[in-house]
Amino acid sequence: MTPISHGADWSFELIERYEVAIAEVASEFGLDTYPNQVEVITSEQMLDAYASIGLPIGYSHWSYGKEFITNERAYRKGARGLAYEIVINSDPCIAYLMEENSVMMQALVIAHANYGHNSFFKGNYLFRQWTQPDGILDYLVFARRYVMDCEERYGVAAVEEILDSCHALADYGVHRYRRAVPLTLRAEEARARDRAEHARRQYNDLWRTLPPVTETKGEAAKAKFPAEPEENVLYFIEKFSPRLAPWQRELARIVRKIAQYFYPQAQTKVMNEGWATFWHYTIINRLYDKGLVDDGFMLEFLQSHTSVIAQRGFDERGYGGINPYALGFAMMQDIRRICEQPEQEDRRWFPDIAGSDWKKTLDFAMRNFKDESFIAQYLSPRLMREFRLFGVADYEGKPMLEVDSIHDDAGYVRLRQLLAQQHNRDQRVPDIQVAGYERDGDRSLVLRHQIQRGRPLDLDEAQEVMKHLGRLWGFTVRLESVTEMGRVDDVRECVI
Amino acid sequence: MLHLIDRRLNGRNKSAVNRERFLRRYKEQIRRAVKGMVGERSITDMDKGGEVNIPVKDIAEPRFRHGEGGDREVVHAGNREFVRGDTIPRPQGGAGECGTEPGTGDSVDDFVFSLSREEFLRIFFEDLELPRLARTVLGQVEQKKWSRAGYVTEGAPCNLSVRRTLKTALGRRIALSASIRRRLAEAEARLARAIEQGRPKDELAALAAEVSRLKRRLTRVPFLDSVDLRYRNRVATPAPVARAVMLCLMDVSASMDETRKDLAKRFFTMLYLFLSRKYDQVELVFIRHTDDAEEVDEETFFHDRKSGGTVVFSALELAHRIATERYSGSSWNVYLAQASDGDAFGSDAGKSAHFVKDSLMPLLRYFAYVEVRDPGETRMSSLWAGYQTVCHSGFAMKRVSERSDIYPVFRELFKKESAAA
Repeated sequence: MTPISHGADWSFELIERYEVAIAEVASEFGLDTYPNQVEVITSEQMLDAYASIGLPIGYSHWSYGKEFITNERAYRKGARGLAYEIVINSDPCIAYLMEENSVMMQALVIAHANYGHNSFFKGNYLFRQWTQPDGILDYLVFARRYVMDCEERYGVAAVEEILDSCHALADYGVHRYRRAVPLTLRAEEARARDRAEHARRQYNDLWRTLPPVTETKGEAAKAKFPAEPEENVLYFIEKFSPRLAPWQRELARIVRKIAQYFYPQAQTKVMNEGWATFWHYTIINRLYDKGLVDDGFMLEFLQSHTSVIAQRGFDERGYGGINPYALGFAMMQDIRRICEQPEQEDRRWFPDIAGSDWKKTLDFAMRNFKDESFIAQYLSPRLMREFRLFGVADYEGKPMLEVDSIHDDAGYVRLRQLLAQQHNRDQRVPDIQVAGYERDGDRSLVLRHQIQRGRPLDLDEAQEVMKHLGRLWGFTVRLESVTEMGRVDDVRECVI
Repeated sequence: MLHLIDRRLNGRNKSAVNRERFLRRYKEQIRRAVKGMVGERSITDMDKGGEVNIPVKDIAEPRFRHGEGGDREVVHAGNREFVRGDTIPRPQGGAGECGTEPGTGDSVDDFVFSLSREEFLRIFFEDLELPRLARTVLGQVEQKKWSRAGYVTEGAPCNLSVRRTLKTALGRRIALSASIRRRLAEAEARLARAIEQGRPKDELAALAAEVSRLKRRLTRVPFLDSVDLRYRNRVATPAPVARAVMLCLMDVSASMDETRKDLAKRFFTMLYLFLSRKYDQVELVFIRHTDDAEEVDEETFFHDRKSGGTVVFSALELAHRIATERYSGSSWNVYLAQASDGDAFGSDAGKSAHFVKDSLMPLLRYFAYVEVRDPGETRMSSLWAGYQTVCHSGFAMKRVSERSDIYPVFRELFKKESAAA
């Protein structure tokens, strides 16, 4: 077949032809996606899109202005290029193409965003559980309008105060586990029947002779609220804050909803980017095999692809930790290799996927894992050797850092575990939950920080966040840091 | 199926409102930064944008984060020499090998961003507590003069030109009714002839009907039609080119310390900004004086120290000489701004006042004098007493101990400007 285009210039017609070709290849590989929407924008609009955390519509807030100023400055000075694409998890899936890009980049972005990310959004269990892609744009429109209305009615400063405070708690505005769905009436009746039946079978007249339970237990239960610790602090504030006006609760809810929308993204960075990069690489190579793109296109493609997946060593300039694109792409490629050309080592480490159908295996991996579990499940010794990974332990009691494990036989399992933990959100975000609310007393709120492995909070910053908490709660807020032994280590208070 | 949408023509500055919010929130820090910039900048560069530094700490958004301490492991890439059990000295100032944990490094970099010219001027003016009117006068990029440019067929009712409209209407009426009039005249002549010749009655009636029909048609031509309307047209043309020179006089004796000089600088800047709005070309002359006066460049003027007594007269004389030698003639507007602490020696004050009144004022458009005093000081200085005898509409003087005192010196200037506009 003849190549679709020569040269670097793009046109709308060319983009459409590339998209058709890419869609064909994607369906060959069985990628399941939302419908696609591609929007061509200028670099200035890209900067705008950056500022509002990649959302096409956002409410106004100074922190987005700060973000915008930072990006704009870095871009103008040439310190940072713009991302090639922004993709929005919505139905239809929206991807932005920049007008300055060459036709190769446009095709690359379509393959990467519209087929890679898009299918990930549609398939991955976290996204399925926590986001409503068909409703997000409407919700953002609603949020924007609601915030604007509040600003008009109550003043920009009052709204900004609440939003600032909620932003400070955005990490604690997510549910990590789905709530139980309330039972239907029929199910409830069935359960009651089962219980009655159970009670009938277990009947023993002896129980009747026991003295009645005293009331003290009921008192104790009443005194403790919430009965179970609540990890979604913002949710708790929204529902139970004694002081917030209804519109302020709604603002807290908006921040919380948006935080929840981004919750899966932060936990699937490696997988999501790895998946998208793997697919743009696979799709474009397939286009080349079919003769639809020429050699010039391919060289340009390989150049930008390799720069995306470059992993620098820890002692090289510009090292910024493990590059999620590099790790994700390498792991996806590696899974395919294990399926197609397994070696002895792979058969020992991955007996269940070695030699299986790579498309099915990858699809399964994409659907059912997040970064932490994905690495724990699929990182192979071969990759650890290729990346020359090593773990450095920093223990408070020791004067020196210590190399914990390296890419050798003794270290593979441990190293994999460490890297998986490093991608665990719960390691990054301190564990703070609502432990108590003195509903019938002084209305104070008690938060409990469970210290893990002796890692304390950054106290200066925590003090600032406490002020925000105090503003939202309206009464005294206490934060207790509890050690692993259950001893209360540090208490900070924000007294109103 | 792909939806391909071209959004390039959609609005750009979507983030403008967020940026504005940011500026509003950190006004205090930005104002402090602008203050610093005013000190560093040359007067002629004052109405440009600039880069503002704010400490990152001030604008951070707090979160609950892990602090230093405790146990952790970090995985890195690119191992070459390490084996299990090797020890590495702890890097200074952060946990983890390369500080990959967010928030552990103590970053002291400033948050830098650029203010546009408008933003910079706005903050500068707010600092001087300029009234809104004066702000708009100074904030304008160029002045326009409206002048008449004939007539147009569309416009606002207030610009309707009645004379022109009626003239057009008249012309239209003549043009439209010409053929009817001609035919009417013919018909009337025919009717007259027919009556003379004693034609039969029905022929006469037909001719009479023709005459009355034509007369009716004549009345149907409207007196005024919408196509007749004419409006006066005005176009904006740039104000005529004019040149001005600003003579800056400052007493640099030891009593003028840095804060006083800063006040003086703001005073000179204000006048310069005003003049550069009004005139296309503004030249600056800096004259400093102690016992004797000399012409210097801006850098020396503001930052060099020179000790000695205070003799104002020498500076005024020098200003006079420069004005007559270099800036005479009608093409130059000469402005003079003087800043001093007002302590003139002996007969100097009286002599100076006379000199200003008799020799200098006729050359000048405006003479603005500020006396930089410590707040609370009420004693009248000798120069102040002397200058009080100068009564001239172009002469303004004021005691200044705070920045907000500077503007009133120029009140006259801005008043004129707004009246003229």
